[in-house]
Amino acid sequence: MAEYKPIRKVVSGNYAAAYAVKHARVEVVAAYPITPQTSIIEKIAEFLANGEIEGLEYVPVESEHSAMAACIGASATGARAFTATSAQGLALMHEMLHWASGARLPIVMVDVNRAMAPPWSVWDDQTDSLSQRDTGWMQFYAENNQEVYDGVLMAFKIAETVNLPAMVVESAFILSHTYDVVEMIPQELVDEFLPPRKPLYTLTDFDNPIAVGALGGPNDYYEFRYKIQKAMEKAEKVIHEVGKEFGERFGRDYSQMIELYRTEDADFVFMGMGSLMGTVKQAVDILREEGYKVGAAKVRWFRPFPKKELYELAKSVEGIAVLDRNFSFGQEGILFNEAKGALYNTDAKPLIKNYIVGLGGRDFTVNDVRKIAENMKAIIDKGELDVEVDWYHLKR
Amino acid sequence: MEIPENVKKRLSIPADEHFYAGHTACQGCGASLGIRYVLKAYGRKTIFTIPACCSTIIAGPWPYTAFEANLFHTAFETTGAVMSGIEAALKAKGYKVKGEDGVMVVGWAGDGGTADIGLQALSGFLERGHDAVYIMYDNEAYMNTGIQRSGSTPYGAWTTNTPGGKRHFLEKRHKKKVIDIVIAHEIPYAATASIAFPEDFIRKLKKAQKTPGPSFIQLFAPCPTGWRSPTDKSIELARLAVQTAYFPLFEYENGRYKINMPSTKKEPKPIEEFLKLQGRFKYMTKEDIEILQNWVLHEWEKLKKLAEVFG
Ligand SMILES: Cc1ncc(C[n+]2csc(CCOP(=O)(O)OP(=O)(O)O)c2C)c(N)n1
Ligand code: SF4
Repeated sequence: MAEYKPIRKVVSGNYAAAYAVKHARVEVVAAYPITPQTSIIEKIAEFLANGEIEGLEYVPVESEHSAMAACIGASATGARAFTATSAQGLALMHEMLHWASGARLPIVMVDVNRAMAPPWSVWDDQTDSLSQRDTGWMQFYAENNQEVYDGVLMAFKIAETVNLPAMVVESAFILSHTYDVVEMIPQELVDEFLPPRKPLYTLTDFDNPIAVGALGGPNDYYEFRYKIQKAMEKAEKVIHEVGKEFGERFGRDYSQMIELYRTEDADFVFMGMGSLMGTVKQAVDILREEGYKVGAAKVRWFRPFPKKELYELAKSVEGIAVLDRNFSFGQEGILFNEAKGALYNTDAKPLIKNYIVGLGGRDFTVNDVRKIAENMKAIIDKGELDVEVDWYHLKR
Repeated sequence: MEIPENVKKRLSIPADEHFYAGHTACQGCGASLGIRYVLKAYGRKTIFTIPACCSTIIAGPWPYTAFEANLFHTAFETTGAVMSGIEAALKAKGYKVKGEDGVMVVGWAGDGGTADIGLQALSGFLERGHDAVYIMYDNEAYMNTGIQRSGSTPYGAWTTNTPGGKRHFLEKRHKKKVIDIVIAHEIPYAATASIAFPEDFIRKLKKAQKTPGPSFIQLFAPCPTGWRSPTDKSIELARLAVQTAYFPLFEYENGRYKINMPSTKKEPKPIEEFLKLQGRFKYMTKEDIEILQNWVLHEWEKLKKLAEVFG
């Protein structure tokens, strides 16, 4: 193994994604522009135009639905395929997301989290990606540009090991258009980490033709679903392994599906996903100095859902404040709902409260975390919730 | 011995079979014959994309397949896009695509999946210039979901969502001319074909294979189930569609039009001959038939003009 000397570049989250696509030696990119995803596919096109990428076919399709369909055709033919989108684009792809996981194709996509219209909004909100929860895609939420880059490389490896597609999620503008230092990995070392794809099947064995996606009657369909669940369970193990390997090779360990920050002796923790957890970690440092015994739990992988890690955490704390930059109408924040569900049949029963924050790009600051900490402390002292779901920013 | 001209012609149909008996089409299904000819023409080095349509079923349920070629079943509106992805992947992997010895990427979709819901993906596929062949088998309705109208359903036809009844409610629109929409993309090769004229169809498939870029063939494929026609009349119906100029056979090649059938020298047969063998037209009044007849002749004149001016 060659010695690892990172290449530091100051890039936006979107460019970090584009570099990762280049380094992953993706063979087919099919994509359709939508703000704020556009600069990912523009950068990839620029790489091609400058001769910086070889062996890539770029298909500028006429819609996101077709982008995913073309990735599916490419992936079924054995190619490593990538696309990127946001919000309305992701919603338009929805039907084909099922097709990708059902056909067991390890396509990787970057979704730039953007609020769903109406009203029109181009700002951060996780409801677009979380609406795809049940499509059989794995979902990784990046906190910063480095995690976007690392996430794409790991996603390909994990996806190709378990034969399920994976989504790497970054937040609109907060990451997509904000520049930061990203440590990139030299190509030879990426190649060692991520060798060429070995497909489960391809459409190019002309001596042994196959038919993919045929009618599955009630006698068979059920087992197909079960196998997807088995692959998701396997993915948990693979995520731990690949995350650990990534750490050993490149110094950034991703072996935990929930990254724990100063939680060892915490009375309560803030739990959430994506870029807002950067703010939360900073707030934790400040709050610790102010005497709060708090920590942060960043959920990296939402699918498969890290039930076991959540249980271990829940056993050790008195309260969990779930910060949801998303909402499931008629119910509650989506991560909150999942977390509660995961703990119900266990003996870990911390107070767990839902704070709806940052929808549609509403600012979420260290000061907001402090206010939430004050509220959490009060309810823990009292031993009961005031409200279960708190629309934290609401103008009253 | 001298082989007579008509027999020689028939030798142009390859003897190889790559479509297995035991497929699940209805008796007399035109689409299934079409599949058989496409497989004869292109053989095993072919990757099919089939969207939701009767052919999904015809190909057989998991774990069976009636196709001796690779087949990817896809969503209703995605034929053009999935083909594009397959072609791109083949190129990225260094395969020769199209041409005599290249891999054939074939889209096989019904009129619904082509003229209606899949039109956008078809347009994208054509416009981007992928090396692949899109074949629309035209049975003039959504058969798979139980005979509902499509954009390709003709004037006057009964379907389950344009039923005939007391208030004489039938399909009031003429057949959408998908091939004209395709030609507007100025692709190198487009043609109409019919299961009643397999030599012509095979020749067109071969031409599509040799022509670089996207090709499109609209294949007339009767459906006894949806047309309420006797199962042994499918070929006859397909032939009458050509002879009445209801579905003329022609080719478009790099801006040039060529009519193959019926003869431009003879008057086409009256449309009734085509209509009367089918239950789906039984609600038509005399006036309706006249409206359809006028449309057919009008379109036929238009096509003849095109062939004359751009022949
Ligand atoms: C998005 C979507 N809408 C509707 C359907 C239901 N559907 C399946 S096949 C079909 C009709 C197919 O018609 P056509 O393309 O003409 O082919 P045919 O069945 O006549 O062979 C419809 C409406 C579907 N599969 N997907
Ligand atoms: S319904 Fe029509 S098109 Fe479908 S299989 Fe039967 S005959 Fe063929």
